[in-house]
Amino acid sequence: MADFSLWVIVSNLLLAARWTIALSLIAFVCGGVVGLLLLFARISGVRLLERFVFLYVEFFQGTPLLMQMFMLFFGVALFGVEISPWMAASLALTLWTSAFLTEIWRGCVKSVPLGQWDAADSLGFNFVDLMRYVILPQALRISVPPTVGFLVQVVKGTALASIIGFVELTRAGTMINNATFRPFLVYTIVGLIYFALCFPLSLLAKSLERRLNAAR
Amino acid sequence: MPLVSIVDVRKSFGSNEVLKGVSLPVERGDVVAIVGRSGSGKSTLLRCINGLESHDSGTITVDGLEVGGAATDMRVLRRQVGMIFQQFNLFPHLTALGNVMLAPRIVLKMGEREARDIALDMLAKVGLADKRDNYPSQLSGGQQQRVAIARALAMRPMALLCDEITSALDPELINEVLRVVETLASEGMTLMLVTHEMRFARDVGTKLVFMHQGRVHEEGPPKALFAAPQTLELQQFIGASRA
Ligand SMILES: Nc1ncnc2c1ncn2[C@@H]1O[C@H](COP(=O)(O)OP(=O)(O)O)[C@@H](O)[C@H]1O
Ligand SMILES: [Mg+2]
Repeated sequence: MADFSLWVIVSNLLLAARWTIALSLIAFVCGGVVGLLLLFARISGVRLLERFVFLYVEFFQGTPLLMQMFMLFFGVALFGVEISPWMAASLALTLWTSAFLTEIWRGCVKSVPLGQWDAADSLGFNFVDLMRYVILPQALRISVPPTVGFLVQVVKGTALASIIGFVELTRAGTMINNATFRPFLVYTIVGLIYFALCFPLSLLAKSLERRLNAAR
Repeated sequence: MPLVSIVDVRKSFGSNEVLKGVSLPVERGDVVAIVGRSGSGKSTLLRCINGLESHDSGTITVDGLEVGGAATDMRVLRRQVGMIFQQFNLFPHLTALGNVMLAPRIVLKMGEREARDIALDMLAKVGLADKRDNYPSQLSGGQQQRVAIARALAMRPMALLCDEITSALDPELINEVLRVVETLASEGMTLMLVTHEMRFARDVGTKLVFMHQGRVHEEGPPKALFAAPQTLELQQFIGASRA
């Protein structure tokens, strides 16, 4: 009997983990695209754009992710717009992720020597081509380890979506615990699943970083 | 009309006035050697010519196009003026051939074949046809600088700006780069080169410009100026570089 209920617990948690993974992927892909656009704006040389992205990044880095989700979920409802927990969580995580990725990537772009910009400028490249063919290929190389490392934060960040009622891994754990009253077992398994998702990413980030340093 | 005309150009960084009214006409085929102490504004002057720095007042025109002018597309202007840097600034993620091909392909929108042919020609011209598949990190400083020259030449510029292009090189590698520059000069390329190679400035230059504290302090034919500098500052400068 006990074995059977353990299996039920595990299988239900694994099913819920799909939503954690889905949410992470959405946040990462959408956040990456938005982050790239913001990165361009941040280094465009257009004062107003740079200022806007600066404030955007400061806002999302300087306030709790949980508060951002609340603002989206409950705040948007105040304007009479229905928004599902799924939408609210995806949106909040996308915005939050984009802010952090913009800042990580800006650091990588800034670490490309100024002489590279001079060389490309003096050859007559426009901004987009200069980024595409000269700066980004070099920045990309150094950005991979910190970017993969940040993915760990995104996966863990999805747990907050449970609070606005989206059923992902953490929320499923709570619900199963409410039914089984075995908090230690349930949350241990929840923790192990998170660990199984995040640990390989951490390892990957570390090994990428080692390889990058060795390549210098 | 001079190919490059610089008239009363001023430039400050914050409260530090670096160019204090520089005027200089450069005719087609001129080889202008610019010398002067560190900090006298030589690099800034070169960088103002292709707009890497913007000047505060005065006018610079290149082949009739006004640098920073409202009607000027700076990217078009920059295609006409090549620049070579002290630190080479090759693109480290591209091979020698990749470095030379990139701007013709992307900026001039040439086809792959055409760009490749031009790039190979230019690499051959600087004596590095056999190094086309090497990455910059696999080349010596002198070779890197020659690739940088090929990269600038592939844009078919009307003039080249060279900012201390041998200063980062080991002494035994300097000559291979100077020889390339000399060949360009003999082919009639318009050159403005900031240099510490006094003998090269005297032998290859058609005009010597001595910059001092943000001004053209003395200028004239190199041989005459070296033989008989008119100002105390140039006398001292020449004396110091002989030592
Ligand atoms: N980007 C910059 N920002 C602030 N000051 C600068 C910058 N570039 C050059 N300067 C200053 O301008 C002066 C002239 O520099 P530069 O043109 O590089 O002289 P040179 O090439 O003759 O050694 C120096 O005092 C230098 O510190
Ligand atoms: Mg200089």
